Amino acid sequence: MRFRIRRTLEEKSQIVEYEIPLENPTLLEALNYLKLKVDRSLTFSSGCRSEICGSCAVRVNGKEKLACGYKLQENDLIEPLRYGEVIRDLVVDMNGALDTLKRSKAYLDSFKEATITYEDEKRIEIQTDCILCVSCFSSCPVLEVNGEFLGPFALTRVYRYVNDKREANVKDKIDVIQKNGIWDCTLCGECTMACPQGIDPKNDILMLRGKSSEFGYSDPSFSQGFGGFDDFGFNPSGF
Amino acid sequence: MVDILIIGGGGAGLSGALRAKEMGAKVLVVNKAYPTRAQTSMAQGGINAVLEDDKEKIKAHIEDTLRSSMGLGDEEMIRKMCENAKEGVLWLDRIGVPFSRTEDGKIAQRKLGGAKDKRACYSQDYTGLKILHTLYDQCVKENIEILNEKFLLNFIVEDGEVFGATFLDIREMKVEPIYAKSVIVATGGYAHLYHGFSTNSSHATGDGVAAALRAGGKLSNLEFVQFHPTALKNSSILISESARGAGGKLLNQKGERFVDELKTRDEVSRAVFREIEKGNEVFLDIRHLGEEFIEENLPQERKLAIFYEGIDPIKDLIPIKPAAHYTMGGIAVNRDLQSSIRGLFAIGEASEAMTHGANRLGGNSLLELVVFSKDAVRNAYEFAKKRDSFKEPKEQIKKDENFLNAVYYLPNKIDFYEKREMIGKILYQNCGVFREDINLKAALSYVRQAQKELPFMGISDKSRVYNTNLVEFIEFGNMLELSEALLVAAISRRESRGAHFREDFPKSDKSYEARSIIWKEEGVICGDFVKVGNEI
Repeated sequence: MRFRIRRTLEEKSQIVEYEIPLENPTLLEALNYLKLKVDRSLTFSSGCRSEICGSCAVRVNGKEKLACGYKLQENDLIEPLRYGEVIRDLVVDMNGALDTLKRSKAYLDSFKEATITYEDEKRIEIQTDCILCVSCFSSCPVLEVNGEFLGPFALTRVYRYVNDKREANVKDKIDVIQKNGIWDCTLCGECTMACPQGIDPKNDILMLRGKSSEFGYSDPSFSQGFGGFDDFGFNPSGF
Repeated sequence: MVDILIIGGGGAGLSGALRAKEMGAKVLVVNKAYPTRAQTSMAQGGINAVLEDDKEKIKAHIEDTLRSSMGLGDEEMIRKMCENAKEGVLWLDRIGVPFSRTEDGKIAQRKLGGAKDKRACYSQDYTGLKILHTLYDQCVKENIEILNEKFLLNFIVEDGEVFGATFLDIREMKVEPIYAKSVIVATGGYAHLYHGFSTNSSHATGDGVAAALRAGGKLSNLEFVQFHPTALKNSSILISESARGAGGKLLNQKGERFVDELKTRDEVSRAVFREIEKGNEVFLDIRHLGEEFIEENLPQERKLAIFYEGIDPIKDLIPIKPAAHYTMGGIAVNRDLQSSIRGLFAIGEASEAMTHGANRLGGNSLLELVVFSKDAVRNAYEFAKKRDSFKEPKEQIKKDENFLNAVYYLPNKIDFYEKREMIGKILYQNCGVFREDINLKAALSYVRQAQKELPFMGISDKSRVYNTNLVEFIEFGNMLELSEALLVAAISRRESRGAHFREDFPKSDKSYEARSIIWKEEGVICGDFVKVGNEI
């Protein structure tokens, strides 16, 4: 089986082709084989081997995959995730991506006593399945033009805490996601396609937009673009 | 200078960091990858706690844990853990852990193996993942300083007292010291010594435990390794106990059942291993449960079998083998969670805190790390506050820099990856679910030979940037160090107890109702037994 890897060789990014004798391997098995049998300098991250630790996300033919959860196909091109400095081969600096959690206040900020029902917990179940593999972040085209964009996983996490009845300070979270946040998303759905856990950040962002309107926020592009739709007498948001 | 340096960013390390912050201590977390990649993410079952104010139920939790420890648990430590379990779980709830709920809005609980009551609180089958990520979110909120991709090399110790630790910065491949008034080791277990035969992450190489041994610290009960009976045959990926709980049967290739599937993990593991030894193949059979039931109740197990083993459990048998799953042994600590090195504390799977003894009860590992991280941090902070004169010894840094530079010039004549694989196999065969003096000694001589050969091994990647070949070489060194200690402990315990089963001594022996203690003097492994609860 032949496949290609974008590597860092002599401080330059280069695509290298490999051939391995494995049958139907996962991408991680293929990478491990290469490292042990072909080239000890091949650099990548891995951990649990069963899609839960989030270490081994890479891009395969331009789509984000966990190496341990993807079966290698003939002629695949393997590349590092986007929007983090490539440290070496497939290893990327995650600190920038993880920093969005801080900037978006994606945590329980101010605890209040609340009875969490079965349904309450179900409402945040899928969002809390996130493994922070950062695949969605790498898939997001908005980050290509706006490096300050908070990105999908942080916003999904914000939604998870906004939806948590134990959070007393929802407004604070809604406030911080207005700028470079929910309104910058183009709703293209790449993040939803990329998530190995079946999370739908696009929908979570839509829900956060709805929630924001409860706090008096609206899409800033409508009031600014084209000199303002309202002046024209046409209100596209329908209210 | 920080009051507390926590090494390891998993459940134990992050819980400790948050508790330290609550107490007002200056704390720093250093880990070899990123926090949410820790082994904690793989814990599924739950976290034990009696949530009602019911003394009888707490007593039952204590009794279940004591019974499971087979005489090697300390009643005082176990009582402390069980009595503080509720506080631990409610603390997790207050920081936002999404525990599954009952219809009437209470934290849902289920019964795990060996337990008298339903006391395991859970988040679907993602309990560890959700606890770990919530802890991480809180660390972000609390501005806990976390340094990623720094690999622990050695503790800085002088006259039996710790002053910090040295790390390898993986990105720059440089040695750097971090001095601290106290150190907490939360680096996890060593089940990955059984390379190729472990359900654990490849990071579970016992780095902190090995470093403690090198620093002159004492380790305990290393021989107690819990094997899980149903790992996938080829990949060692875990198929959860729920498959057997739901009625899954264990069969050989002739279709014969050979064990009561609901017995304890160690008993079932031994039965499975026996079959494999006879030349049989062993399968988990859930076909009779039907597609609808499997899709509803065991979807994850089905997905894993299809993806990693290429078979569909609805119509096929699942090939399995036992695999190393959890290490009960670790850094020996006293009741204050302090090791034999002053100022060096240990928590979580890296420590042997007299709670799990010869066999760990499901749901107690997450509990232990939540409860004891708080105690360890309190004690470490007290220790730090009392420390008046502090120095910054430089000797260890020099040694480690010399070592690192030397590694680049080692001849690399013997391939350490091949040795790693071989040691995994030998430990599995000779120091796995069945052990015997002659086999253990054969394994020990292989390991000691490999130690002698270490200077002839080395790395072929000479890069000074993110060199995983080199990091894995140091991990291999740690694995060798701990393999030797594990084997010596297994040889010394001439009895069978819990997870440690000796074919030549199949019964338990009252005179071994003690912690096996291993340490190094002048580079030589020493061993002893110390009564549970006595000072080490």
